[in-house]
Amino acid sequence: MQAFTQVTGLTLPLDRANVDTDAIIPKQYLKSIKRSGFGPFLFDDWRYLDAGDLDIDPATRRPNPEFVLNQPRYKGASVLLARENFGCGSSREHAVWALSDYGFRTVIAPSFADIFFNNSFKTGFLPIVLKDEEIDALFVEAQAEGYRLTVDLPEQTVRTPGGKSFRFDIDPFRKDCLVRGLDEIGLTLQRSEAIRAYEARRKQEAPWLFA
Amino acid sequence: MTNPSAASETPSKTLYDKLWQAHVVAEMGDGAALLYIDRHLVHEVTSPQAFDGLRLNGRKPWRLAANLAVADHNVPTTDRSQGIADPISRTQVDALDSNCDEFGITEFRMSDLRQGIVHVIGPEQGATLPGMTVVCGDSHTSTHGAFGALAFGIGTSEVEHALATQTLVQKKSRSMRVTVHGKVAPGITAKDIVLAIIGRIGTAGGNGSTIEFAGEAIAALSMEGRMTVCNMAIEAGARAGIIAVDQTTIDYVKGRPFAPKGENWDKAVAWWNTLHSDAGAKFDSEVLIEAADIKPQVTWGTSPEMVVPVDGRVPDPAKEADATRRQGMERALHYMGLAANTPINEIRIDKVFIGSCTNSRIEDLRAAAKVVGGKRIASNVKLAMVVPGSGLVKQQAEKEGLDRVFLDAGFEWREPGCSMCLGMNADRLSPGERCASTSNRNFEGRQGQGGRTHLVSPAMAAAAAIAGHFVDIRG
Repeated sequence: MQAFTQVTGLTLPLDRANVDTDAIIPKQYLKSIKRSGFGPFLFDDWRYLDAGDLDIDPATRRPNPEFVLNQPRYKGASVLLARENFGCGSSREHAVWALSDYGFRTVIAPSFADIFFNNSFKTGFLPIVLKDEEIDALFVEAQAEGYRLTVDLPEQTVRTPGGKSFRFDIDPFRKDCLVRGLDEIGLTLQRSEAIRAYEARRKQEAPWLFA
Repeated sequence: MTNPSAASETPSKTLYDKLWQAHVVAEMGDGAALLYIDRHLVHEVTSPQAFDGLRLNGRKPWRLAANLAVADHNVPTTDRSQGIADPISRTQVDALDSNCDEFGITEFRMSDLRQGIVHVIGPEQGATLPGMTVVCGDSHTSTHGAFGALAFGIGTSEVEHALATQTLVQKKSRSMRVTVHGKVAPGITAKDIVLAIIGRIGTAGGNGSTIEFAGEAIAALSMEGRMTVCNMAIEAGARAGIIAVDQTTIDYVKGRPFAPKGENWDKAVAWWNTLHSDAGAKFDSEVLIEAADIKPQVTWGTSPEMVVPVDGRVPDPAKEADATRRQGMERALHYMGLAANTPINEIRIDKVFIGSCTNSRIEDLRAAAKVVGGKRIASNVKLAMVVPGSGLVKQQAEKEGLDRVFLDAGFEWREPGCSMCLGMNADRLSPGERCASTSNRNFEGRQGQGGRTHLVSPAMAAAAAIAGHFVDIRG
């Protein structure tokens, strides 16, 4: 997994609440059996005026100039600023893969849907929760051309170009995995003995589960 | 001598506490634990990259018998003898077949009578049992919580983790209890109950929580009704919904193919009977809903929380004080092609979809057929389709003659799968089309780009098909 320490990047404000995973990556792209290549389809229905599919070259499609992602000033953005309940809906990890593949490394919002939040950490992508008033302030500041935020995971801060700093919380285990880019499955397999011991005990208590 | 601390030495536990504690393999600090997974359900959309990960790292599934696989999202609901026409969909289903072959995982293939929507077949087969941890790379895994199981959706990385280790690293969530007090009025279904709950607490209301649904109105539900309620816990933001085990649960499970038998059955029932929240158990939050206040529900917008009773009107954003919410409402009305204050029963529909992991079980089909019986779909309804949740549901419905009721009324009677709940197969809405749907999400583009979805119960969908617009089934 890609490690995450510090990212300074152009910040794209997406001023909508309840952005669902169907909006982040529509269903037709979930037919891909790969983990990569979803970036061109990120926010597909909002981003293009015509319909798309896996076998349609995105370069031939008509971008929606109104949509924030298509505005030239946000080209190369790597920090996404969002509203409450970001990532609600389906469990598709493809939503995180699409954000990452596009070039985003982190999303900052007042709240996230649980599965999206969980999935993010598995891909080296950092979801950050800040307070409502901090998010409101960032949305105002992000109106400025070329606005860049710095996300520092070891320090657990989001720093503005003007020098303001907002602290965020993160589970220590997740932080450690992200900072070091650790493979969680490998870590768990180091506990194989504990898993086997649990199974042996559980077989006595609840044999039907192992029938 | 009395011992005043006796009660606190054995504190009352919630059902969630009991399920959690029974599955902890190792504590990891800060409320996180390595949790054992009893049942892993696998489908074709969220698993291919997980199997690739296993291959890449030279890993094997930890415990084969814990897994059960089925293709449901991409399968055609029309004639299957020709296979899958869309080559990309076909590739994904083929990938599941070959992965299951390679790793030795039990799979119900497309031609198997037992094939169906993963959240329908798990319970139908008794592969979902009370007290289990059940995971699947699908958010509607919350469905299985109806059995007093801890069931939640996971992403593909966790699918791989569950396959490789039979565990997941999880953080304990907060506990919320939603009590539906008293009895619902005649004609009010599980779907109306859960939509009313989401309308009350919002799509983020359950974020970070496991919701236990309780109260007389929940206990009165059949297992199929309870599955409908838990299915949509995720639409209230909760990863898991749970309902206490009672005799209804145990009666449903008994005799199913994967259910315990003989001595194991008695032993299982003894444990299952403890799977309820203790009297006096404390929840982090409580919500009380009066069952008698619940009317048939219809969503008007692009989030399941945008819901009103059928005798209501489309709300007016001008009356919303919060700016973000107001903009969200305006955007939803624009997308849905609706004007504020329109009476719900004046909204005309183009298509009807009866199906999905929320409402495709035999009782759902019976309820819809009862409304349809002897009538014809309205002339403005271009397509009305019934998609049973599994091959076995379909077979049972045909045995009862329900297929004839639907066909005679002008409905299409299809093969089982997820179908137009999300339109990964050929079943989808065209831009601007308006659908009365028994599914679970009314997100923009969910049923097809530009499609407009109104979530309702099976009886309400059937009534809308006949009338051509929403009607109050109580009338």
